[in-house]
Amino acid sequence: MFKLFKNLEKKDYLIILFVSILVVFSVFLDLRIPEYMSEITKLVQTENSTMKEILTSGFYMLVCAISSLICTVVVGYLTSLLSARFSRSIRRKIFAKVEDFGIAEIKKFQTSSLITRTTNDVTQIEMLLAMGLQMLIKAPVMAIWALTKIIGKSGELSLITAVGVIIIVITNLIIISIVTPRFTRIQKLTDKVNGVTRENITGIQVIHAFNAEKFQEDRFDNVNDEITNIHLKVTRTFALMEPMMNFVMHFQHLAIYVVGAFLIINSSMTDKITMFSNMVVFSSYGIQVIISFLLLTFIFMVAPRAKVSANRINEVLDEDISIKNGTFNGKTKEKGTIEFKDVSFKYPDADEYILKDISFKVKKGETIAFIGSTGSGKSTLINLVPRLYDVSDGEVFVDGVNVKEYDIKALNNKIGYIPQTAVMFTGTVAENVSYGDKDGEKPTLEKVKKAIDIAQAKDFVLKMDNKYDAHVARGGTNISGGQKQRLSIARAIARDPEIYIFDDSFSALDYQTDLTLRQELKKYTKNATSMIVAQRIGTIMNADKIVVLDKGECVGIGTHKELLKKCEIYKEIALSQLSEEELENA
Amino acid sequence: MPRMKKVEKVNDVKGTLVNLFKNLDKWRYLLIVSILLALVAAILSTVAPNRLAGVTDVITEGIKPRVENIEVISKEIFKHSNIKVNTFGNSMEDTNYLDMYNNLSKDEKLALFNEFEYKGVLISKEDQVKYFDSLSTVNKDSTDEALESFDDMPKSIKSFIEPKMNVSDLKIKSIILGIIYLLNSLFTYIQGIIMAYVGIGYSKKLRQSISRKINKLPLKYFDSHETGDVLSRVTNDVDTIGINMSNTITSLVTNVTLFLGSIVMMFVTNPIMALTAILSSIIGFVFSFFLLKRSQKYFVQRQKELGDLNGHIEEIYSGHNVVKAYNGEKSALEEFDEINERLYDCNRKSQFLSGIMQPIMSFIGNFGYVAVCVVGALLVMNGKTSFGVIVAFMIYVRLFTNPLSRIAQAMTTMQSILAAAERVFEFTNKDKTIIKNFSAKVKAGEKIAIVGPTGAGKTTMVNLLMKFYEINSGDIIIDGVSIKDLKRENIHDLFCMVLQNTWLFDGTIKDNIKYNGKDISDETVWEACRIVGIDHFINTLPGGIDSVVGDNEVISSGQKQLITIARGMIEDAPFLILDEATSNVDTRTEELVQKAMDKLTKGRTSFIIAHRLSTIKNADLILVMNEGNIVEQGKHDELLKKDGFYAKLYNSQFQK
Repeated sequence: MFKLFKNLEKKDYLIILFVSILVVFSVFLDLRIPEYMSEITKLVQTENSTMKEILTSGFYMLVCAISSLICTVVVGYLTSLLSARFSRSIRRKIFAKVEDFGIAEIKKFQTSSLITRTTNDVTQIEMLLAMGLQMLIKAPVMAIWALTKIIGKSGELSLITAVGVIIIVITNLIIISIVTPRFTRIQKLTDKVNGVTRENITGIQVIHAFNAEKFQEDRFDNVNDEITNIHLKVTRTFALMEPMMNFVMHFQHLAIYVVGAFLIINSSMTDKITMFSNMVVFSSYGIQVIISFLLLTFIFMVAPRAKVSANRINEVLDEDISIKNGTFNGKTKEKGTIEFKDVSFKYPDADEYILKDISFKVKKGETIAFIGSTGSGKSTLINLVPRLYDVSDGEVFVDGVNVKEYDIKALNNKIGYIPQTAVMFTGTVAENVSYGDKDGEKPTLEKVKKAIDIAQAKDFVLKMDNKYDAHVARGGTNISGGQKQRLSIARAIARDPEIYIFDDSFSALDYQTDLTLRQELKKYTKNATSMIVAQRIGTIMNADKIVVLDKGECVGIGTHKELLKKCEIYKEIALSQLSEEELENA
Repeated sequence: MPRMKKVEKVNDVKGTLVNLFKNLDKWRYLLIVSILLALVAAILSTVAPNRLAGVTDVITEGIKPRVENIEVISKEIFKHSNIKVNTFGNSMEDTNYLDMYNNLSKDEKLALFNEFEYKGVLISKEDQVKYFDSLSTVNKDSTDEALESFDDMPKSIKSFIEPKMNVSDLKIKSIILGIIYLLNSLFTYIQGIIMAYVGIGYSKKLRQSISRKINKLPLKYFDSHETGDVLSRVTNDVDTIGINMSNTITSLVTNVTLFLGSIVMMFVTNPIMALTAILSSIIGFVFSFFLLKRSQKYFVQRQKELGDLNGHIEEIYSGHNVVKAYNGEKSALEEFDEINERLYDCNRKSQFLSGIMQPIMSFIGNFGYVAVCVVGALLVMNGKTSFGVIVAFMIYVRLFTNPLSRIAQAMTTMQSILAAAERVFEFTNKDKTIIKNFSAKVKAGEKIAIVGPTGAGKTTMVNLLMKFYEINSGDIIIDGVSIKDLKRENIHDLFCMVLQNTWLFDGTIKDNIKYNGKDISDETVWEACRIVGIDHFINTLPGGIDSVVGDNEVISSGQKQLITIARGMIEDAPFLILDEATSNVDTRTEELVQKAMDKLTKGRTSFIIAHRLSTIKNADLILVMNEGNIVEQGKHDELLKKDGFYAKLYNSQFQK
């Protein structure tokens, strides 16, 4: 956790210093108050004290109280400033860091976990800072200071206070030790409740079809029972806390009074009044001591959770980004060419290669297609071009320059990438199509419209309210999968890239749309190079070059006709989709 | 969607409250018991300070010397002495006599007095001399010296003058107070335990009823609602209700009782001081209510900003590849900064305002304390009240100031509980929605292919057949019986379904294949695996057929599809619904799948959402769908001849 706090800036440390001073001062004031209280009590007791004396003491007590209030308000202001500042900067750091991540890192952490780390975990730390900082300084200062006020005054009464403190500390420790591990379990079970419910919703058709409602409900009940039981245990344990605290505080109060009474009886008349005021002082300082120990236990309760969060955040911030940025952003001799030279790829910790010794070259304006079974490495292969992954061995060249030498921004400016699952952002249709940055330039509206037209999205966009300015909901939930895919293609077209990368981007389209789109695109982008991954033979059979992949190895390169003759796997794939006669006709 | 809005604030407070209470069932009585206990505990809390005042009074009584007895004793001594009262004066205050007395020698002094018995105590001559000796040195202006001189007095006489504490009274009062404290804690504890059962049991029930509801809702609901929304209701909303409800109700009951109780007790104890305490706190309350309202506003805003930020982060993280490939990092960060800044602002303000509530309350407590002391002292001096009452009021001031802020807090929590409850009930009381209808005719044992572009309504067709969606006009007749007359469960028993959605639950392969089927032997499972052709693959897994599916990356999507086919294989139903998945199965596995599916269709009337030409061509009937309607139907050749929509769709595959 301390490691995370190293992210505090100089100004933050100043705030902490100032807060500490103020807290110490407010503790001083808070502890003066019982003194005035006992003085007032004494004055009220003594028969010949005047009203003026009481008023004076009362006045001083109020001055203390107001000053303490002002201190605490300022402290409150400063700590809220500090915690909000800190969480703001940590959130930003995490976000910026994740933006730099490659796919490998995202996969390692998982998107949902990264989201929780950026929001939830930061909130935990923020809470600890906002509430804990003040208590962390205040509690020990107050405990020690209050103790010095009563120490040496009366052995018996000190003993009672000590017993009270010990009982409180022990009960709290027991409660915390029972509760903390169960909190972790509850968090996990909440995930499970989520999981089973999600499972139920996503599989609802299957569940109905198999009449498995009861089965599914039983699965849910199991988790529900378990989480309920742990919740009960935790709440029951917690239920002990308040009555216990009250009981100890009240009994301590009463014990001080009773023991005090006997001390008074047994003391000489000179000492009786002193003894009495000691008793009053003890009952108020004793409570202060107990409260400060309560504050401390509260911190011990929050801190473990915050610590878990801090570790999770540090993991993100400390993650080494595997893809290092290059510097090249000048002009290249070639344009629109791609070359793979003995490229192999495997995940850092994996034994098996996903791609092995792939080599090919694509000239400007050509279309290269990749086909093969799932897990054959097609997607991985084309993801190497925009450096979503980096090769393990070999080299990838774009326009004759190794992709690792490029400033990634410059490399991205050459590429129009369309992923397997279309990604939509909140905003308008036009904003989604003109998304991104290319040397600070944005495509014009004309270009956006043209791109939408080519991507066969014009019809449905014009049918939407506000047309090009139609709102796209978060995650694009208000448009269908095929429509999202077309907009995602339009986005690449509007970018005017040298190289198009289609990662199975046509799968959500029907044959008809698929065909028209590709024909239109061909007309528009005569000079652009295209890399296409597809499952359908129909989508790729007209490509200039088709690469057939099997288990990461290249088992054939050539045109459709050539491959039909010489590549057995290609033929198998083709025949599984079209009859021999249809292939002939094609 | 009808009746579905994002609910931010409670629309129907009363209705929701009624619903909330109705759904409590058996917990209702426990809740009442718990409320009663809280009530008793709160009353005990208010009574305690009054009792404490009693104890304090006994103690204070024990520190005051009984000065009045000095005169009584002195008179008694004179009465028994050889001094004639009229010559020696009535009191020792007469300095002349005192001086005279002081000049006497010890023997002369002894000669003045006679031994006598007072209230059973024998007072010797020596004691009487000692007594007057110590009295004569008293300095009237110094309390301490006076007390010292009391300490010097002979034991026999001192016993009448030194302060006397009523020990038996003290014992009784302390024991009573101790019992009150004990009962108070005990009741609070029992009450807390009961509330835990109510709150947690209730949330369990709510969670369960949502889970049950999911399976009863028409599928259409899930088309238009995000899974996350439903999930949020199961976890977040239910937790909000469960955890907060018990605390809030207890807090409300306890604090209202404490508040009213302390007012009553204060007035009973001392009306003037009660007024003092109340008046001195009022300004504070007004101020803190104002603060609470303000901070509430920022809290709400904060939740909203947090939601926005969450949305943005989710979007950017999950679209990470596009953000990177399109150099969108900068604009994403800019938007992030903007929301982050707004969040920072609300965070700071809400944190600050809620943070200073406590110190302000404690200041009000202190202020009330001083006011009570001053007024109390005034009253004590005039003999209108006792010191114990002041001590009691010191506690009443705190008892009285604490509840109001807690009540205010409880009210705001209640608001969020109601909002959550409304979301939950809205879900569990959901009405059914109805969608549009279709028509088609199918003979027994036929193979029907459903084709059409994406979004043409192929899946809807299946859903209608399975009675997932209700039809509102026309009819679907299965084996001569209207679907309307059949229970959904019965229809489902007739159908075997293999969907593109390779849904497997978090469990072993065996359990996934057996799924809901009862009395299925392991041999049957293996037989199905063998037919489908995944027996080899399963054997290569370390856990064999008991390997857990889930995050298991070893099992590819194609293999998952085969497992679902095996599952379908086991269900022995006359009808088959098959969604030929293509996009997530590679072509080689697809061949395996194809073979498995062919085996599956044998002897069954099958509806196939077709993606493969081979399937379409040998189908007995092809239903061509577009934009939600069946636009053409017939055999492959017939449809091609027609040269309509189907022909266009079919030929598009071969065009360059």
